[in-house]
Amino acid sequence: MSSLAHRVLMPDDRRFWIIFILFGILVMLLPVLNQALPESSSIRPPNWMVPLCGKYLCYAMLALALDLVWGFCGVLSLGHGAFFALGGYALGMYLMRSIGTRGVYGNPILPDFMVFLAYKQLPWYWHGFNHFWFAALMVVLVPGLLALVFGYFAFRSRITGVYLSIITQAMTYALLLAFFRNDMGMGGNNGLTDFKDMLGYNLQAESTKVGLYVASAIALALSLLLCRFIVSSKLGRVMQGVRDAEARVRFLGYSSTNVKLFAFVLSAMLAGIAGALYVPQVGIINPSEFSPANSIEIAIWVAVGGRGTLIGPILGAWVVNYAKTYLTGAAPEIWLFFLGGLFILVTLLLPKGIVGAIRQLRRRARAPAEPSPTAEQAEERHA
Amino acid sequence: MKRIDFSRLVAAGLLAFSLAWAVPTFHAWADDSDNSDATSQSDSDKSDSDKSDTDSGDAFSQGSSSKDEDKGAGANAAPVAITDFASAVKALNADDGDVKSKAVEFLGKAGDARAIPVLKAMSADGLFSTKDGALVYADRDFYRDALTGKEVPGLKVGDLSEVSANNRLRGAIQGVIGQLGLFAPDASTRRQAAAAIVGQPTPEGEAMLRQALEKETDPATKTAIADALASFDLADPDPDKRTAAVARFADSNDPNAAGMLKRLLDSEKDPKVKAAAEKAYSSIRFRVGLIGIGVDLFEGLSLGSILLLAAIGLSVTFGVMGVINMAHGEMIMLGAYTAFVTQQVFAAWLPYGMMDYYLPVAVPVAFLVTAAIGMALERTVIRFLYGRPLETLLSTWGISLILQQAVRSIFGPDNQAVANPSWMSGGVDLAGGFTLTWNRLVIIFFCLAVLGALAAVLRYSAFGLHMRAVSQNRPMAAAMGIRTGRVDAMTFAVGSGIAGTAGVALSQIGNVSPNLGQIYIVDSFMVVVFGGVGSLWGTLLGAGTLGIVNKLLEPFAGAIMGKVLVLVFIILFIQRRPRGLFALKGRSAEG
Repeated sequence: MSSLAHRVLMPDDRRFWIIFILFGILVMLLPVLNQALPESSSIRPPNWMVPLCGKYLCYAMLALALDLVWGFCGVLSLGHGAFFALGGYALGMYLMRSIGTRGVYGNPILPDFMVFLAYKQLPWYWHGFNHFWFAALMVVLVPGLLALVFGYFAFRSRITGVYLSIITQAMTYALLLAFFRNDMGMGGNNGLTDFKDMLGYNLQAESTKVGLYVASAIALALSLLLCRFIVSSKLGRVMQGVRDAEARVRFLGYSSTNVKLFAFVLSAMLAGIAGALYVPQVGIINPSEFSPANSIEIAIWVAVGGRGTLIGPILGAWVVNYAKTYLTGAAPEIWLFFLGGLFILVTLLLPKGIVGAIRQLRRRARAPAEPSPTAEQAEERHA
Repeated sequence: MKRIDFSRLVAAGLLAFSLAWAVPTFHAWADDSDNSDATSQSDSDKSDSDKSDTDSGDAFSQGSSSKDEDKGAGANAAPVAITDFASAVKALNADDGDVKSKAVEFLGKAGDARAIPVLKAMSADGLFSTKDGALVYADRDFYRDALTGKEVPGLKVGDLSEVSANNRLRGAIQGVIGQLGLFAPDASTRRQAAAAIVGQPTPEGEAMLRQALEKETDPATKTAIADALASFDLADPDPDKRTAAVARFADSNDPNAAGMLKRLLDSEKDPKVKAAAEKAYSSIRFRVGLIGIGVDLFEGLSLGSILLLAAIGLSVTFGVMGVINMAHGEMIMLGAYTAFVTQQVFAAWLPYGMMDYYLPVAVPVAFLVTAAIGMALERTVIRFLYGRPLETLLSTWGISLILQQAVRSIFGPDNQAVANPSWMSGGVDLAGGFTLTWNRLVIIFFCLAVLGALAAVLRYSAFGLHMRAVSQNRPMAAAMGIRTGRVDAMTFAVGSGIAGTAGVALSQIGNVSPNLGQIYIVDSFMVVVFGGVGSLWGTLLGAGTLGIVNKLLEPFAGAIMGKVLVLVFIILFIQRRPRGLFALKGRSAEG
C-alpha cells in the first residue's frame, strides 16, 4: 500500500510539492481572510470575491481537463464546453427540483419553467434528480458517456487533428441548438436558474459560498494530483507517445484508440465536475455555455498557461479570466481585441505558454550553450 | 346588438387578449385568474380599464362602456336616425354605446370606402369632434373632415374632444374595416379582403360580397370574391350548391381550400357531396404537397448555394495549405460590409439612377478588399504556423475576434441594411403562392459562376497548376521550382476573396451585422468536411446536399431539430468516410 501511496504522491519531486503547497496556501488564504477578519478590516477580501474566484477555480479545473487530452494526448477538443455545461445542467436539475414549492408557481414537482410552458408531468429524464447522489452521479456519467460514444466513433475511424477539432465543435454546436429549444425540457433560452439551496444550505448565504469555494479548491487539487499520477504513469507515457507520433505508437502494439478514448472520457468527466461546481456559484446555467466560442476560449487558457504542463492551464485560466473580468468591466471594447491578440501572440511567440517559457529560461540559465534537443522539435511539429 | 357576429367577437376577444398580454410582468399574468372576480370592484378605477375590457369581449357586459361615455362630451342627446353615410358618421359621436355600434354596423353594410379612414382613426383614438359638432380625424400632422375627407386647417388641440371607443367597439370596427376593404380603391386590397372572408360564412358577409361582386371590374378580384361566396356555399343546406362549391375548389392550389373541404368532410351527411369533396380534397392535398416539395427544394438550393459560396474558399485554403481558417467567416462579413459601403458611396456621390449598378461594382471591390486582407494575414501570421494546424486554428480564431470587434467599433453593433437593386427585387410567381425570388435566383447563378471560374483557373492557368501541384505534394513541387510561399499567399488571397464575394451575396438576402460570419462558419465547415477537403466537386455536392436535406427536414423536425439532425448525420457520416465524399487519393493525402 505504501508503495501505491508513494507512486500517487511522488514525494521525491520537491519542486512540484513546493509549488503545490504555495498555491494551496494562496488559494485558501482568500476564504480564511474573508471569514476571520472583521468587516472593517482593510485587507479583508470583499464578499463578492469569493464566488468570483470560486468560478476561476472551476475554469482552472476545466482547463486542466482539456490539457489532459490536448497537452498530453494531442487531441484538441473544441467541444469541452459541452461536457462542462452538461455537468452543470445535471447539477442544475437537482437544484431546480430542490426549489420545491418555493417557486413562483409553487408547484411541488414541476420547476417554474415547466409550469409556464404548460407541462403536465415531469419528463422522464428529470426523474431521480431530486436525490443529490443521483445528480452527482449524472454529473460524471452524462459527460463521460457522451465522450465515450463520441470518442469511440471518432477515434476508431482515426479522425485526427483539425478534423477532430471541427467535429467536436459541431457536437457542441448541435447541443447548443438542441438546448435552446423549449421542447428539450431544459428551460430553453433561459436555462436553469433561481436556485434556492443545495443539500439544505442556502445558496445566498456567505458560508455556503465559502463552502463551495473550498469544495472547488479541493476538487481542483485532487484532479491535479490525479492528472499528475496518470501523466507520470506508464499510460501517461503512451499518451504522450500518441501525441508525438501516433503511427509509431500504434506500430509498437499499443491501441492508440483506447488510450485516447481513456484520456477523452476522463477529461470529459473532470469537465463535468467543474461544471457542477460552477453552477451553484454563479447561480445559472443556460445554453450559451455550449457555444463553440466558449470552447475555443478554453483552449486559449491552456495555451497561455502552457499545454503539456499541469500547472500551466491552471495559471492560464486564472490569468485570462482575471483579465476578462477586469477588461469587460473597464473597457468592454478592448476585451475582444485583447483576447484575439492573445490568441495570435501566444501561438506565434509563446507556443509552450507561460510555464513553458519559464522552463526554457531556467534551462538556458543552467546550460547556456546547449542546443535545444531534437525531441522537442519533433514534439512541436506534431503538436 | 341583437345578432352576435361571431367573427367580430373573436376579433374583439383577440384584441383584448393581446392587451392583457401587454401587461408584461409575470405577476400580472399569474394573477389573471383573480381579476375576473375582482373586476366589478375595480371597474370605477380608470387604470383598470384594460383589464375590465378583457371581460367585455366574452361577457358582453354593457356596464363597462358606461365610463367611456362619461368622457365623451358629445352634443347629440337625442337618438339619431341612421339613414345615410353622413348621419352614420354623426352617430359615431353619440352618447349611447348602442347607437355607436349601430352606426359602425351601418357603415359596414353601406360599403362606402370613405368610412375606412374614419373608422381606422376612431379605433386609434384619432377621431375628434369640433366645437360646432363636426367630426374630424387626424391624418399625420393635420386634420381631415370625416364626411368629405378634405383638410380642415386651423384646428387646435384644445378645441377638439376625442370620440371615444371601447374595446368591444374597436373589435367591431376592425371587422368592419376588413369588410370595407372589399370596396377599397386598390384592387389588391380588395382581393385581400375577399380572401380574409373565405370560410367565415355570415349573412352580412354574403350580402357584402354580392354587393361587391356587382361593382367589381377587376377580373382577378372577381374570382377572389366568387371564391369567397363559394366557400359560403359549402355550408349551404342545399346539397347541389355544396357540390357546385366543391367542384369550384377542386382545381385550387390553396391549402386553405383543403382545410375547408376537410371541415366539410367531417360534418357532411350527403354521400354524393361527400364523395366529390373527398376526391377534391385528396387532389388538392396532392398538389399542395407537390408545391410544398418544390418550395423546399428551391429553398434548399438557395441555402446550398450560399453554403457553397461560403465553403469554397475554405475548401481551397484547407486543401492547398492544410490550414483551417477560422477567420473565414469574418472575410464573408467584411465582404458584406464592403457591399454596404459601396451602396453608401453610390447613394452619396452618384446620381440616383446609378443605384441599380452598385452591386456589379461591389463584387470585384469586395473580392479585392478581402483578398488583400487575406494576403496580409497570411504573410504576417499564418506563414509562421505552417505544420502546426491546431495552432493555426487558434490564431485565426484570434484574428476573427479582432476583425469582428474592429467592425463593431467602426460601424456599430447594429444591423445595416443593404437594399436589393430594383432588378433583383421581386420574383416570379408560380402556382399556389410559390414565388421564385430574383435575389435568390441570382445568387444561385452567381455561385455557379464563381465555382466555374475557380474551376477554370485551377484547370487552365499556370497559377492553378502550381496550386494543384503544391496541394498534391509540397516538397516535390518546391523541388520542381514552384515558389510554394507565393502560391500559399495567393491561395489564401483567392480563398478570402471568394469569401468576400459570398459576403456580397449574403448582403442581398439579409441584414449585415458584425457576427454575420459566425452564423455560417460552422455550416461551411460541415460542407467542407462532408464534401472532402480540397475538392471543388465535393464542396458543390456537399453544399447542395446539406442545403436541401436541411430544408426538407425542416417541415418534419422543425428548423432547429433539422439542423441538429444534419450535424449528427455528418458526425456519423465522417465515421464511414473520414476524409469526406471526394477524398484526395494517394500518399500525399495522408496527413
